[in-house]
Amino acid sequence: MSKIAGGIFTSHVPGIGGAIAKGLQQDPYWKPFFDGFDPVHQWLADEKPDVAVVFYNDHGLNFFLDKMPTFAIGAAAEYRHEDEGWGIAFQRPFEGHQDLSWHIIEQVVASEFDPVTCQSMLVDHAVAVPFELCWPGKEAFPLKLIPIAINTVQHPLPSPKRCYNLGQAVGRAIESWGGDEKVVIFGTGGLSHQLEGGRAGHINVDYDKFCLRNLAPDPEALLQHDTLDIVELAGSQGVEILNWIAARGAMRGSVRELASNYHIPISNTAAATVLLENSDKVHA
Amino acid sequence: MLPISDTTKGKRTIPGTPVFDGEQARSGYALNAMCYAFNSAEMREAFVKDEEAVMERFNLTEQQRDAVRKRDILAMLEAGGNVYYLAKLAGILGLNVQQLGALQTGMELEDFKAALLAHGLTETRNFLTEKAA
Repeated sequence: MSKIAGGIFTSHVPGIGGAIAKGLQQDPYWKPFFDGFDPVHQWLADEKPDVAVVFYNDHGLNFFLDKMPTFAIGAAAEYRHEDEGWGIAFQRPFEGHQDLSWHIIEQVVASEFDPVTCQSMLVDHAVAVPFELCWPGKEAFPLKLIPIAINTVQHPLPSPKRCYNLGQAVGRAIESWGGDEKVVIFGTGGLSHQLEGGRAGHINVDYDKFCLRNLAPDPEALLQHDTLDIVELAGSQGVEILNWIAARGAMRGSVRELASNYHIPISNTAAATVLLENSDKVHA
Repeated sequence: MLPISDTTKGKRTIPGTPVFDGEQARSGYALNAMCYAFNSAEMREAFVKDEEAVMERFNLTEQQRDAVRKRDILAMLEAGGNVYYLAKLAGILGLNVQQLGALQTGMELEDFKAALLAHGLTETRNFLTEKAA
């Protein structure tokens, strides 16, 4: 039986990729954010997960408005990042896990979700930046990827409850997989930020802290706001918290926070990194 | 059943926050299609060389062309531009997201950056060491 060992939740600001490329991890502006990954590195070294299932949103690398899926699940043998318009392309490929991808697709459709399935798909900075943060360096990534994209670009977006339920269905699918893979779940994006309009630069510390406080013990508290409530609270890109909500839904065991880091600002964003453990038993 | 017009009238507005919905996606299609094409370095070079020709090729509306010519971000949004695609055009124009923010809010760049830094905060928790003990 596959086991979900935990979850990694992190901002995916493109500028982080630029900072990595320039080696600015110890620069005073960036250090408080990058330091948040020390416990993540420690945990990954101990747990050595085999597969990452990543809930994220595409920002116009793979999907355009001609065909915009609400939910899309990758089923490719390999994924790549490419130039998103700024001339930066991360070189390391992401190995897929097609058997588990199709198992997840079959199980979530049986749970009455209707995802788009992608046998060929580029992944943008929302996957690449978290991978670069978790496994810095040039060596091949030590695990396989299953990307699950959620539309946070074109309204109507899926509701927080729908995203949470999708995550639960994905979690059940992983738990029912016959292999012995150890899985880590990712939710990327957020926290509060807004790039466009007269309210550009919007940050909401109270809402972010509400999310951080409740993510492990009471994720359903995050479902009390509808999607437009979240846009108003967290900003039009802060709505990327939908990816976190879906990822948290996939963790169905006893969940507790192992580490978290909340740092403002990174670019225009209130950045956060959270590491959650998912275990079968309640800890004494 | 409610008539469609009622749901349209009841559309929620959030101050200073364009909600990119079907209406925006329809009116902004050509502008966003051009920006999406800027994932390609060749298309970015073509724009730098002759932006009018690229706007013609993607059949931008006159309103969209005018907004692009004036480098007016709020007008691009008004013409249906989506920020995720406009970000690729901003890259060609050499604008980062702080500069974009300053342009849209009418603030000086340094003031916009200062407003972000005014939130300055780092809060860290780490229970991993407890686990090891």
